[in-house]
Amino acid sequence: MTGSKLASLLAGLAATAVSGGAHAVAWYFQSPASGMAQTIDWLHQVIMWIILVIFVGVFGFMFYACFAHRKSLGHKAAQFHENTTVEILWTVIPALILVIIAWPVTKVVIAQKDTSAPDLTIKVTGYQWKWGYDYLRGEGEGISFVSTLSTPREQIEGNAPKGENYLLEVDNELVVPVGKKIRIITTAADVIHAWWIPAFGAKQDAIPGFLRDTWFRAEQAGTFRGQCTELCGKEHAFMPIVVRAVPAEEYTKWVGQQKAAAPKTPAAAAQPAAAAQPVAAADAKPAAQDSKPLPREELVKRGEQVYSANCVACHQANGSGLAAMKAPALAGSKVVTGAEAEQIDVLLNGRPNTAMQPFRQLSDVELAAVITYTRNSWGNKASEVQPAEVKARRK
Amino acid sequence: MSAVVHDHDHDHAHAHDHHHGPYKGLMRWVTTTNHKDIGTLYLWFSFVMFAIGGLMAVGIRMELFSPGLQFTDPDFFNQLTTMHGLIMVFGAIMPVFVGFANWQIPMMIGAPDMAFARLNNWSFWLLPFAGTLLVLSFFMPGGAPGVGWTMYAPLTVQMGIGMDLTIFAVHILGMSSILGSINIITTILNMRAPGMTLMKMPLFVWTWLITAYLLVAAMPVLAGAVTMTLTDRHFGTTFFNAAGGGDPVLYQHIFWFFGHPEVYIIALPGFGVISQVIPAFARKPLFGYASMVYATAAIAIISFIVWAHHMYTVGMPVTGQLFFMYATMLVAVPTGVKVFNWVATMWKGSLTFETPMLFALGFLFMFTLGGFTGLVLSIVPIDIQMHDTYYVVAHFHYVMVAGALFAAFAGVYFWLPKWTGRMYNETLGKWHFWLTLIFFNMIFFVQHFLGMAGMPRRIPDYPLMFETWNKISSIGAFGMGLAQILFLYIVIQTIRSGAPAPQRPWEGADSLEWTHLPTPAPYHTFETQPVVK
Repeated sequence: MTGSKLASLLAGLAATAVSGGAHAVAWYFQSPASGMAQTIDWLHQVIMWIILVIFVGVFGFMFYACFAHRKSLGHKAAQFHENTTVEILWTVIPALILVIIAWPVTKVVIAQKDTSAPDLTIKVTGYQWKWGYDYLRGEGEGISFVSTLSTPREQIEGNAPKGENYLLEVDNELVVPVGKKIRIITTAADVIHAWWIPAFGAKQDAIPGFLRDTWFRAEQAGTFRGQCTELCGKEHAFMPIVVRAVPAEEYTKWVGQQKAAAPKTPAAAAQPAAAAQPVAAADAKPAAQDSKPLPREELVKRGEQVYSANCVACHQANGSGLAAMKAPALAGSKVVTGAEAEQIDVLLNGRPNTAMQPFRQLSDVELAAVITYTRNSWGNKASEVQPAEVKARRK
Repeated sequence: MSAVVHDHDHDHAHAHDHHHGPYKGLMRWVTTTNHKDIGTLYLWFSFVMFAIGGLMAVGIRMELFSPGLQFTDPDFFNQLTTMHGLIMVFGAIMPVFVGFANWQIPMMIGAPDMAFARLNNWSFWLLPFAGTLLVLSFFMPGGAPGVGWTMYAPLTVQMGIGMDLTIFAVHILGMSSILGSINIITTILNMRAPGMTLMKMPLFVWTWLITAYLLVAAMPVLAGAVTMTLTDRHFGTTFFNAAGGGDPVLYQHIFWFFGHPEVYIIALPGFGVISQVIPAFARKPLFGYASMVYATAAIAIISFIVWAHHMYTVGMPVTGQLFFMYATMLVAVPTGVKVFNWVATMWKGSLTFETPMLFALGFLFMFTLGGFTGLVLSIVPIDIQMHDTYYVVAHFHYVMVAGALFAAFAGVYFWLPKWTGRMYNETLGKWHFWLTLIFFNMIFFVQHFLGMAGMPRRIPDYPLMFETWNKISSIGAFGMGLAQILFLYIVIQTIRSGAPAPQRPWEGADSLEWTHLPTPAPYHTFETQPVVK
C-alpha cells in the first residue's frame, strides 16, 4: 500500500522533528507508537507551520495598522474600499494552499481506512462501563475477556492517594504482538462508546447494533493507555483502554497461558493481585467447576467483590439505587427478595431500554455470588442462589 | 352627523394617546409589539440565560480543578455540561443576536417596525417558557439529561423525564426562531426605505437576512431529530435502534445537518456587528462590501454540505470522509476573505480604540484562531486523534465565545448610547474587555494542550498528567465569571446615570440610526420613511 510506505517515510521525518523529551509535560501528542500516529503528528506540524505563516502575515498587517494608522498619531483615513485584483488573489491563493494540503492528507486518509489483510482481528465491545475483547482471528483466536477500571474507588473519592496510572489502569489489559497489523472491530451493547489509543492514532466509535473497524500496528513494545471518548453515561470517565504490546514470543506465551487458564479464569495471567475479581466471559463454555455448590458465606464474600466491580456505580454501595440512572434500590426490592428465577433472568438478560444490561459475560459462580450477596445485604433476607441454578436459566 | 364627528374625535384621541408611548408597568412588556421593547426583552433574557449557563460552567470548572470527584457526582456533572451547552447556544447566544436584529434592522433600513409586530411579541414570549423548561429539568426525577448538548441516541433513551422537558424546550425554541426569522426576512425584503437597495444595506442587515434563511432551513431538521428521539423513548419507534431496523448514526446525521448551519447561525450576525464596528472606528468604509455579501452567502451554502465532519470517527466510507474533508476545507476560503476584508478596512484608516473596537479586534484575532483550529480539525487523520477531546472544546469556544460573545459585547457597547441615550463608562468598558480577554484565554488556550495530550471531553475526573492545565483553566473560568458582573454593573450604571450621548457618538458610524435618528432613539421611529440616496 502506498499509504503505509508514505507513513513510514513520514515517520522518519516526524521522529527527527519531535524531540524525545518534549512529553515530560503533557501538552502535545503522546509519543507516537505506530506509523499512523507518527504520520498524524507530522501532518499536524506541517499544518501548524502553514497556519503560523498565515497568522503572522494577517495579524502583522492588523497590528501594524493598529500601531501606525491611529487617529492619535494624526493619521488621516484613506477612503479606498475595494480592489478587485487583491480580492481575487486572496480568494485564489488560500484555495491553492488548501489543495496542496489536501494532496498528502488524502493518501493518509486512504491508508487509515485500509483495514485489509490484518494479522490479528479483535472484536471490541463497549459496555456501560467496561470493554469486552474477543480475539476473532489470528494467533490467540478464541480468547475472550472483559476489561474494567482497576483504580480503587477510594482514590477517586479522595480517600487514598492517587496512583501513577490513576484512571488509566484496568484489570485485564488487551495484549497484542508488536509489529503485527491488528484490526479492531468495534460494536457496543448499549450506547455509543469510542475506543481510543492516542499513541496508535486509532480511534473508532463503537455503535450498538453495528460493526465498524480501524487498525493499528504497534512499532514498539510497551503499555499504551487511552480512554472512552464518546459520552456514554454516568461512568464515561471510568472505562479506560489499556493495550500491552509485547514481542511475538511473549505474545505466544501469553496466548498459551490464556488457553490453559480459559476454563476457569481466562485472564488470570494479566491479573494484578489486588485488583477486582476477574470477570471471565465463561458463557461460551461454562466450566464444570462453575456448577459446584458453595457455602453461603463464600458466595456473599465473593458476591461483594463482583458487586463493587460491576453494580456499585448505579445501585450504590448501600443498595440505595440511583434515580439519575433509573437504577432502583436493591435494599428492600421485591425482585431481589422475591423469586430466585426472576432475579437470575434480570441479570442474564438485562432490562431493555435501561442502563441495566445483560451480565451474561460473568460466570455462573460470579452471578450466583452477586445475587446471593444482594439477597442477603442491607437488611434483605432471602434464599441463596447456587451456580447450578444460574446455569440452568442460561439458555 | 354630529355623532360621526364625535366618533372621529374619539378615535383620534385614542390614537393620539397611543402615540405617547407604551402601557405602564409590567403589561408594557407583556403586550408590547414595539421592536425596540422586544429587542430589549431579548437582550435581557439572553443575559439571564448567559448568567445561568455561566454558573454551570463555573460548576464544571470547580469539579475539574483537581483530579478525583469533589463537588459533583458524575451524573450531575454530565447534566451540567449538557445544560451549559443547550442554555448557552439556544438561550444566550441566539437570542442576543435576535435582540440586536429587533433593535437595529428597522432602524438601519428605515422601517417603522418589524413586519409582523404581534408575531414578534409571540416569538419572544415563547422563549421564557422554553428557558424555564430547560432549567426545570434539573428538578425532575433523575435530573436534567446527561447526554451532552448534541443529545446523541441511544443514550437519550436511558434518561428520565428531564429529557422530555428538554425536547419540548427545543421544540419551542425552534418555533420561536422560525417565527422570528420569517419576520426578519419579510421586514428586510419588504420594508426598506426608498433607495435602500439590497446592495446598500448595512452588512449587519445582510448577515441577518442570510442567517434567517439558515434558521428557517435548519431548525425544522432539529425538531425532527428530537421528535424521533421522543417517539423512540415513549412510543415504541426504533428510528435510532438497530434492533428495530434503525441506526444510532442516523441521529447524528440529522442532528449535524442542523448543527453545522447552527454554527453559522451563531457566527454570521456576529460578523455583521463586526462589519459595522470596524469601519466606524477606522473612519473608513468597509473594504470589499460586495465580496463580504458574497462570502457570507457562500459560507451559508457550504454550511449545509459539511455536517459529517463532526462524525469522522463513526466509521464512514473513505469517499464520505474525503468529501466532507474537502468541503470543510473550502469553508476557509470565504471565511478568509472576510478576515482579509476586515484587516484591509483598518489599513490606512484613522483608528481609535474605544471599547466596541477593542471587542471587535479581540473578535477578529481570536475568532481567526478558532478558524485555524477548525482547519486543523477538518483534516480527517488529525481530527480522528482530536475528536471528542478538549482540543475540540477549545476550538468551538474560540468560535462561540471569542467569536459570537465578543461580537455581542462589541455590539452592546456600540449601540448602547443609541438605545439608552447615555454613554457607558469608557474606563470600565476597557477593564471589562481586558479582563474578559485575559481570563478567556486562560480558560481555553490551555485546553488545546489538554486535547492534544489526550484528555477526552465530558469527563468529571481525569488522569494526573492533565492537572496543571485544568487548574489554570479553572482559575480563568472563575475570573471570567466575575468579569461579567462588571459588565452588568456597566450596563446598569449607563442606564441609570450615564452621561447623555450625542446623536452620533462614533465619528465614523454612517448607518441610518446614527445619521437620521436622535439619541436615544424615540419609541417610534421612521413613521415617515427616509429617502436613501
